[in-house]
Amino acid sequence: MTEASETRRRPSGEETKVQGEPISYSKYVLVWLGLIALTCTTAVVAGINLAALTLVVALLIAVTKASMVVNIFMHVKFEDKIFKVFLGIAGFTIFVIFTLTFMDVFFRR
Amino acid sequence: MSEIAGTIEETEDHAKHLHRDEKGAKMGMWLFLLTELLLFTGLFLMYSVYRYLNTADFHRAGLETHPLFGTVNTMVLLTSSLTMVLSIAAIQRGRKWLSVGFLSSTILLGLAFLVIKLFEWSLEIEEGLFPGSQILLSKPNGEILFFGLYYTMTGLHGLHVLAGMIVLIFMLVFILRNKITKDDYIKLENAGLYWHLVDIIWIFLFPLFYLIN
Repeated sequence: MTEASETRRRPSGEETKVQGEPISYSKYVLVWLGLIALTCTTAVVAGINLAALTLVVALLIAVTKASMVVNIFMHVKFEDKIFKVFLGIAGFTIFVIFTLTFMDVFFRR
Repeated sequence: MSEIAGTIEETEDHAKHLHRDEKGAKMGMWLFLLTELLLFTGLFLMYSVYRYLNTADFHRAGLETHPLFGTVNTMVLLTSSLTMVLSIAAIQRGRKWLSVGFLSSTILLGLAFLVIKLFEWSLEIEEGLFPGSQILLSKPNGEILFFGLYYTMTGLHGLHVLAGMIVLIFMLVFILRNKITKDDYIKLENAGLYWHLVDIIWIFLFPLFYLIN
């Protein structure tokens, strides 16, 4: 992140402006506002009966919030590719674990 | 010959002082975070399977948790993540005291989260909803499982919040002693990564335990 910020800062020359930094304070605050808004949304939606969709909607909102935290707060969006490979492998492993386990749950007789 | 040796020595000496593998430090941190993720994955897996097998019981039990506590705690933890990144952003700009302020807020918000959790658990224990209580044991198996998982998962998460707070207190001391500065703040970044992971785990715990209707 520092490397990226340095190279990005150099062309603009000055670093007096918050603009030149990798991520400005205000961008973090905006992401936080988005996270709070999604939390309110998910709490309100839970009160509406969407039957089977309730869980899907709640999980989709949770995944959205998590990806905002991972990408912006944890800077993964601005990191080298290797960090995304790490996360991809971990995500795939978790997917496989869930799939295989549920194959067992669904089809065991 | 000796000149070359001298140059090499000098270079090595130079490298010893300047070399800081920040990317390596961050990669190590991420690998550790992924093991933490797998730890919680096991618990989420157990929750999913038991919920699938005991859907009705989980719904009934889910109505007995307190969504207000859960929602407020979600906000508290999300806000603590914000102050965490702001603390890093401040140190990057060389603003030590601003960074100290934000980091202290993060620690205090972590404490607030645990205090709210304490009130919540006290309320539930008063209602007789704790593992092994007669009231809980008289309920169907699915509800007993739900509350077992509830205490295990939020409890383990709470321990992570506590661990995170201890790490952040160390970071605070490092900043105050100028061990973390504008030019060397990888420790603070890594501590922040841990804090955000704890936040992410809560983001998933929240709908699974509090938002069942």
